[in-house]
Amino acid sequence: MQVPILKQGPYLIATIQSALTDADLEQLRDSIVERVGRHRARGVIIDVTALDVMDSFATGTLADIAHMTRLRGAKTVIVGIQPDVAYTMAHMGLTLEGISAALDLEEGLSQLEAEGLPERGP
Amino acid sequence: MTDVAAEEEARVRIRCDADIVQARQRGRALALRVGFGPTVSTLVATAISELARNILLYASPGEIVVQSLERNGHSGLSILARDQGPGIPDIRQAMQDGYSTSRRLGLGLPGVQRLMDEFEVDSKPGAGTTIRATIWKQS
Repeated sequence: MQVPILKQGPYLIATIQSALTDADLEQLRDSIVERVGRHRARGVIIDVTALDVMDSFATGTLADIAHMTRLRGAKTVIVGIQPDVAYTMAHMGLTLEGISAALDLEEGLSQLEAEGLPERGP
Repeated sequence: MTDVAAEEEARVRIRCDADIVQARQRGRALALRVGFGPTVSTLVATAISELARNILLYASPGEIVVQSLERNGHSGLSILARDQGPGIPDIRQAMQDGYSTSRRLGLGLPGVQRLMDEFEVDSKPGAGTTIRATIWKQS
């Protein structure tokens, strides 16, 4: 299941649309990291609203994406973690420490804009 | 521990990572069908995902069996993760936060234990592992 990644100005927006296998998550990680370079993106939003579970693998892979994009000069914000998923993560002890999260796409975008990340040169 | 009867079950063989998704989706559907709310059903789906991945990483093929059960008038749901893999040599170590032999987070098994009400591991070197994790309905 491919996750569509759209470019919006200096940002990339990846919207997960269904449950993902571990291989799908790894593919998402690789394409985001590659596209940060190709599009010279300054920010990445990953919308996980439709993700059925955030288990240790999904949480670990999202944390990897955030760390890897940061090393490539782009900030990642995870948006759309649902209340039941947040409850499970909290009970399980899964944290997204050091990684930004926002309620939804709109708040994620304003969080990136508030950082004042300028567009990169060509 | 009297009067244990399995009522309904979902059984999924775990051979590839799509089976992990299949197992957790069927487990969630079963939890909802036997009257658990969406929060607990998400929790059950997450526990299944961890247990199924454990099979795939260390002991594939194996199977996940999710069963609704009644005990002493209480209803619950149990997840059975069964494989004929190499067994877990040191269960105490495997249950420690952050311990992993596969360079992962190492929060899988201890995480499942925190999510569920009961958690038992039965593992013999060379003879496979059976993990049973059960959650009860709040009355």
